[in-house]
Amino acid sequence: MRRRLEREIEKIKNEVLCLGAIVEDRFQRAIYAVKTGDQALAQHIMDTDFEIDQREIEVEEECLKILALHQPVATDLRFLIAVIKINNDLERIADYACNISKRFIISFQDSRLFKYDYAPMADQASKMLRKSLDALVRMDVDMAYDVRDMDEVVNAMRNDAYEIMKKDIQDQPDKVGGIINMYLISRHLERIGDHTKNIAEEVIYLIEGEIVRHR
Amino acid sequence: MPETPTLIKRKNQLVDRNVRETVGQSTVADPRMRCLNVSVYYNFGEKKAINNVSLDIGQNEVIAMIGPSGCGKSTFIRCLNRMNDTIDGCRMEGKILLDETDIYDKNIDVVPLRARVGMVFQKPNPFPKSIYDNIAYGPKIHGLVETRHQTDELVEQSLKRAGLWDEVKDRLNQPGTGLSGGQQQRLCIARTIAVNPEVILMDEPCSALDPIATAVIEELINELRQEYSIAIVTHSMQQASRVSQRTAFFHMGDLIEVGPTDQIFLSPLHQLTNDYITGRFG
Repeated sequence: MRRRLEREIEKIKNEVLCLGAIVEDRFQRAIYAVKTGDQALAQHIMDTDFEIDQREIEVEEECLKILALHQPVATDLRFLIAVIKINNDLERIADYACNISKRFIISFQDSRLFKYDYAPMADQASKMLRKSLDALVRMDVDMAYDVRDMDEVVNAMRNDAYEIMKKDIQDQPDKVGGIINMYLISRHLERIGDHTKNIAEEVIYLIEGEIVRHR
Repeated sequence: MPETPTLIKRKNQLVDRNVRETVGQSTVADPRMRCLNVSVYYNFGEKKAINNVSLDIGQNEVIAMIGPSGCGKSTFIRCLNRMNDTIDGCRMEGKILLDETDIYDKNIDVVPLRARVGMVFQKPNPFPKSIYDNIAYGPKIHGLVETRHQTDELVEQSLKRAGLWDEVKDRLNQPGTGLSGGQQQRLCIARTIAVNPEVILMDEPCSALDPIATAVIEELINELRQEYSIAIVTHSMQQASRVSQRTAFFHMGDLIEVGPTDQIFLSPLHQLTNDYITGRFG
């Protein structure tokens, strides 16, 4: 029975990693769409979000099945609890990729007015996501703690964007709506950073058995 | 000087599987029984079954003893009412105190001791007598009842506390052995509580029962906790997690870890505990 449980856990781990890779690709492409003005790509990201939702449900169902059939305890139980939460965080990150796409589409006409390069911010969020999932695979608590620190960088970038937005609004008061919409992309990226931080904190819980959120 | 292994949980690290000292809090604020440095030998000292175990059993708590077969958990609870005295070549070292009295003191009479520390076994073992006599026998020989009326009352009360009264009140004169397995086990529990014990030891009390009878016994254990201290040996991890407030994990005669049950099953401190409860060995 132990082997069967191990196989199931390994399978779930792979599914979560796969979901993580897809989600990362989504928000990177959303930012690419903003940068290149590619409306079709942005629309495509919104139209295919259901795929992520479906995967999220599949992973959750797998976890619930294991909980019911194997009644795991200790590290196995903590792993499943962590995965259920991480799964949810990943789905929320994909939602933010949709939100970024949506903001870009509705402000397309004004998107060039707000001059902030989101690529470095998206790269930082990508790094955080990859590192938090690496920490899960390698059960490396130091990596998970690093992700928490990296979140500060994303927050600082959002503050930069805010300062630029304030200046842009002063320069172009007739375009306030479009500028705010484009600024909100930084807010979405910042929230993506927060969710990767959550993932890292779940990994810390998994390894150390201690809840470190809100500390 | 050899380096002593640390017993404090470090971040990101379970206590190494080679550490044999007990991890966790083995004492409680309000102990009913205290076991101090208990070691048990079988075969006239040839085999050491328990190695220097110290553990408190608190008042009004259920403490579960878990561990792989042969780890010493049954041997340990059998020390608590000197059941091991009956085994030829078995010797015990250390101290076991019941309400601060050493139960291995030479002046202690084991018959009243075994009434104060009662035991329920794996297989229900009612006496080949009527349901009524199964309960009445103990109180009679211990002089707890004098009149027929008192006996009737005690029998009824004990059967009620064991949750069996409604099922047997109309057939008290029928043999106890005619009851179902679960009912027989509750009869044995009623028999144990009839002599007004302080501690009840249970050695895998549900292993011969179906899930429904098991659930009834577990419910009963939880209720009995209000009045007694209960030490239960179980092979069922789920049972330990359902019924106990503290769990002690034994391995090859050592008490490896003891702690609150929720902590043991969610975040154990010792690698061996984690490996055992997650089914990696045992």
